[in-house]
This record gives sequence, C-alpha cells and structure tokens, in this order.
Amino acid sequence: MSLSGKEREEFEKQLEAYVGIDIGIEDASRDAVNQAMIRQWCEAMGDACGAYTAPEAAAKSVHGEVVAPPAMLQAWILGGVAMATGEDDPRDKQRELHRLFDARGYTGVVATNTEQEYLRYLKLGDRIRARTQIESISEQKATGLGIGYFINTRTRFVDQNDKEVGWMTFRVLKFEAGDQPAAAAESNSAVPAKPQRLRPALGHDNRWWWDCVEKDELAIQRCSACAVLRHPPRPMCGECQSTEWDYVFSSGEGTIHSYVVIRHPEVPGYTYPLVVAVVDLAEGTRFVGNVVDIEPEEVEIGMAVQASIERVDDEMKLPVFRRAS
Amino acid sequence: MSATTIRYEDVSVGDTLPELPIPLTVSLIVSGALASQDYTPVHHDKKAAQEAGMQDVFMNILTTNGLVSRFVTHWAGIDAQVRNVNIKLGTPNLPGDTMTLTGEIKDKDDATATVVVEIAGKNSWGAHVTGTVKLALPQGA
Repeated sequence: MSLSGKEREEFEKQLEAYVGIDIGIEDASRDAVNQAMIRQWCEAMGDACGAYTAPEAAAKSVHGEVVAPPAMLQAWILGGVAMATGEDDPRDKQRELHRLFDARGYTGVVATNTEQEYLRYLKLGDRIRARTQIESISEQKATGLGIGYFINTRTRFVDQNDKEVGWMTFRVLKFEAGDQPAAAAESNSAVPAKPQRLRPALGHDNRWWWDCVEKDELAIQRCSACAVLRHPPRPMCGECQSTEWDYVFSSGEGTIHSYVVIRHPEVPGYTYPLVVAVVDLAEGTRFVGNVVDIEPEEVEIGMAVQASIERVDDEMKLPVFRRAS
Repeated sequence: MSATTIRYEDVSVGDTLPELPIPLTVSLIVSGALASQDYTPVHHDKKAAQEAGMQDVFMNILTTNGLVSRFVTHWAGIDAQVRNVNIKLGTPNLPGDTMTLTGEIKDKDDATATVVVEIAGKNSWGAHVTGTVKLALPQGA
C-alpha cells in the first residue's frame, strides 16, 4: 500500500501534532532499586563487577556502597509480565502514534539507535520515575527495510527527590513491512542461516549469461551485425541498434579502470572492506566485479588482474578478480 | 574482571580492549530479557518471534546494553564509572551464533578524566551493535 501525494500530505500533517508532546503517562518503578533484581541482572549478563553485588568490595570502591549497573536504568521502569499481553494504556500517545502508522500500512517497527546518559549511579532504595517526549519524526525515508519514518523519543529519569539521574534517547523506524519473506518456521538448526548475497534479477535478456557463469564461463555479448562487445547483457546494440547477437568467452585478463572500497554500511553476506572495481577486459569491454585477496591500500588503477569464477555462497557463482601474477 | 582499575594516565588513544566472544544461547537471550523486565514475547517465545519474521527468539536491546557495559567495565575495573552508552543496532543476535565484542580508545578528556571507547559487537551476519561508551577513570595518586 502506498499513499497518494494528497493522502501523504494529510498523514504527515497528522504526525506533526505528535512532535514535541509528552506521551501522557509516567512510568514509575514498582520496586525500589534492590539487590535481588540487580543480582538477577548480573547473573544473566555474566557481569561479575563487585560494585553491584559484593558489599565489601563496593564499600572500598569509588562507589562507596552497592550500586545498580547503569545499563539497568530502563529496567527499573519496564512493565514486566504485563508487556507480554500487549494491552495498551489508552492514555499513551506513543502507542497512539504507532497505531496511526499501523493504520496507514507502516506496520513494521525496528529500533535503530539508543543513547543512555547516566548522571549518577543508582543506589539501593532509590525510586525511579520516567517521562517520555516524542522529540521528532523524520521525513519519509527509503530504507533497506522499506519506506518509513524515524521516530525519536527522549526519556528523562528522576529519583524520589525529583532529581534527574539519567536520560535515554530512542530511535525507531516505522516502515511498510510489505512482502516480508515468510518466517523460517521450519528452521530448527542450531546456527542462524547465513545471509546469502543479493541475487541478480534474472530475465529473458540476461539469464543466458548467468547460465554461462554456472558453467565457469565468463561470456561477453557480441553484436552479430557490427561485432561490438557489450556488458552487462541487453537486447539491443548501442552502436548499430541490431537486436541480433551472440557471445564470445573472455580470457578474464584485464586492468583496473577504477575502483571503490566499500566499508559502510555492511550488507549481510559480504566481507568488508569490499573492493569493487571497473575492469577493462582484454577483449575490449568493461566489467564490474570484486577484487579479492588484496589489501585495499594495494589496489591501483592500471593494475593487471585476472578473473576466475568462484562459488561465493551456497547458491551463486561469480567472476572475481585477483592481482595477475 | 580486572583486579585493579585501569588509571586514566595509563591509557592512550588507539589502545584496544581484549576481545570478548559471547556465545548466544536461548538461556542468555531469555534470562537477559527477563532480568531487564522486558517480557515482549519475541524475546522469550519462539513462536511469537517466528510470527514476527525471525527464525528464533532474539536479544533485546537492554541485554545488548548490559553486555556492552560488562565488556567495558570488566576491562576497566571496579572504580571505572560508565557515563554514557550510545549505540546503533544492526543484525539481530540469534541463538547458536557468537557475538564478539571489540573496543578501542578513541578519545581522552583530561578535564573530566573520561575516555571514549569505540565498541563493536559482530556476529556471523555482521555488526549487531556499534557505538561508543564514555567511561570515567580514576586519575592521579
């Protein structure tokens, strides 16, 4: 589902009403900061720091007494088992905002960033309350997950004396979940399935080329009328407009015409840093591919390279380049 | 856990922390979620996680935060004080995998005796978490 220009305008106008508002509910800790919850946290995290669970060591430390792990800040005010039922507090403006997105098809939600600042360590007996503001909502963004909007919130934590003890910002993306692949319900393997590389879109005009790769052949399309080579495969010659073609096999020899080193963002399935080069093939056309087994600093324009066809994941073979010996 | 706390004057920009590989088990993911009072079903109920498009329960953010803090404070020692954790979230942490935490000192502030540690936690899919931890260290005699 995509919104028309007018619908989008109206929707974004609705969103504006939420920017800068307090979400309307205060989260208060049901229990004072206590040793039992701290101990459970430390056991779960494997955190052996004596400041949290060993009174003698804590007394001799900079903390002077047992303190709570700072990362527990939000844990003191979370809802516990009630969160599992998923029932919303009707006064909660943040939930109301999320439901507004849901109704427009932006049903996906994922947290992308969080920052926590700890103004002081919490001590046993402290009682924590928190209030949250919706700070901003981004413009519509095209993201890897789909079209969506980022929502930024800021939560301030105070103690029993109304003194601020810390704050947290949180950024979530509400996105059009679209055609997500169905859950891998049959997957019971111990290790998560390794992400595969992005697949080429195969069609009538390029499938033959990938079939050649499967047979370890690096093909280059050739115009039957004027004999000009072209890559990637396409139906018509750019020189003479003939739609008749055949192909030749490349020796895989070439020189680097230009290249980039991709370090960020890291797309699952690839190894970084990733060297991507435009290679002048000896036969006279250009080809884009990875240069492997080389430090990125050693790659140079003009460097002689040699292609070989290799299996890059469970399903795909690709020509990759190495420095020619 | 370091027996004595690392001192501000003893660290330099560019120093690296000892790597910490953390095996990701269902027990870690579930106990971390429940210890942080986060009972959202996707963190303890495999069926709910699968309905949300994941293959199994996955780690909640508070556990990630807790592990990052543990990683840095275990290196620094009991007298270090965490001031700020600022993280970006990436690939999910799923059971059966391992997340390896790495860290490097990126900045020092003499006025407050704080250091900024750049951290990354990578699993077999890529970066689960990247970001910085600001840490105050004891200084002087």
